[in-house]
Amino acid sequence: MQKYSIFSLVKNALTGHQNWDLAWKDPNPKEEYDVVIIGGGGHGLATAYYLAKEHQITKVAIIEKGWIGGGNVGRNTTIIRSNYMHDENGLFSEFGMDLWRKMSQDLNYNVMFSPRGIINLAHSDAQMNAYARRGNSMRLNGIDAVLLNREEVKELIPMADFSDNVRFPIFGGLMQPSAGTARHDAVAWGYARQADSMGVDIIQNCEVTGFDVSAGKIKGIRTSRGNIKAKKVGLCVAGSTNILAEKLNITLPIETHLLQACVSEPVKPVLDKVVTFGAGHFYISQSDKGEMVMGGDLDGYNSYAQRGNLPTLQHVLTEGIAMMPFLSKLKMLRTWGGIMDMSMDGSPIIDKTHIEGLYLNCGWCYGGFKATPASGWTFAHTIAQDRVHELNAGYSLNRFSTGHLIDEKGLGTKTWIS
Amino acid sequence: MLHIKCPHCGMRSQNEFSYGGDATVKRPELNKEVTDQEWDNFVYNRVSPRGKHLELWQHLSGCRQWIKVERDTATHEIFKTYKANEEIA
Repeated sequence: MQKYSIFSLVKNALTGHQNWDLAWKDPNPKEEYDVVIIGGGGHGLATAYYLAKEHQITKVAIIEKGWIGGGNVGRNTTIIRSNYMHDENGLFSEFGMDLWRKMSQDLNYNVMFSPRGIINLAHSDAQMNAYARRGNSMRLNGIDAVLLNREEVKELIPMADFSDNVRFPIFGGLMQPSAGTARHDAVAWGYARQADSMGVDIIQNCEVTGFDVSAGKIKGIRTSRGNIKAKKVGLCVAGSTNILAEKLNITLPIETHLLQACVSEPVKPVLDKVVTFGAGHFYISQSDKGEMVMGGDLDGYNSYAQRGNLPTLQHVLTEGIAMMPFLSKLKMLRTWGGIMDMSMDGSPIIDKTHIEGLYLNCGWCYGGFKATPASGWTFAHTIAQDRVHELNAGYSLNRFSTGHLIDEKGLGTKTWIS
Repeated sequence: MLHIKCPHCGMRSQNEFSYGGDATVKRPELNKEVTDQEWDNFVYNRVSPRGKHLELWQHLSGCRQWIKVERDTATHEIFKTYKANEEIA
């Protein structure tokens, strides 16, 4: 594989950029693989990369129905954080933060990781107490957290509404300074390029139509490009999890819902933090191009549409304007939607299943992108060793029947309850 | 914007309604031994189909009645709406 560097850039500039190698190949599926990963999103690509890198398993295929980077890895709001209270989420996400910090060097691909900090705003004394508790829990797990008062927040984000007559005055906030954003497409492309270079077959435009299971053991998959034998199969398909589960006669504690995001026209740098509104569900950051990147609530009803509905967008942006009134002056550039695998407790599932050789990675709700490296790393471990790692032991499938829910915010599919 | 025909009030905008989830889920019978698996299926497990989905909505800013809506989860087409206690063939 061609190494990307300043020298390769100069060399290729001199030849008119005509001689770059393809970042990854476009192979036909082989007859058999040791591991087949279904879903060529961020998590699937990361899983294949860590299977090859950490476990020396390279007879691996990634089966993708569409194209690399076309699903949720290219549709999210690029926020990376580990500001969780519960140990399972905190330790898992902080492990991921370490991988994020090293990712550009590790993948030889600039993922533009920008640890600019995230501020969760508080709008009442009770919320300040809750944030103090969460911040202390984070610090006990070695995650950086700073509780900010109103004046400190004002210094960092003066463009927010600090006037006297607001419905939800800003009391303060909880900041994780090491949180931030990254270029989402670059994460997918970087993982794809490295996985490909280590021998992983990335097979695009290939839809999985069924599974071959006999005597409780996975034997292979059926696809639109023929049958593929596999010793192990990992499911990594986010919002399409229920569709594949149905083909396996499995019913999961997951519903598929639609989440929208939008960007404004680009403006000069105004906001150098990720900020979330504490009295509703709205988050915002500014991209390197200057667009304000915004998102919030689910559309609220089961959906596979991959496109949003205006009432929810209006609701979310109303919160945004309440928090930062200047947003009302901006023109909207683009809005889009992605389909989320919403688990019933709001936390993910990375586990084995009752079918031998079949592994499950789903339930990422609002937070799939930031989990990409940690999810891939632990899922690769779970597949390669046929047992869960301690980092994803809490993300078990049977926690719903045993009552060991990880109800970080209690935000699962039932948003109408919260 | 969805337009939902409330069986009590007629066609109204989505803004008047609140979503209540899968309408095919049945609570286990009272006065009967219920296994963990049955509770698990009732409380957590959902089919979440792509396509026709029978679901509960409440006409919150209208007659406040719960209704059933048969809707396509991929196209958002609404085929039919029912009163909550209406039998569905």
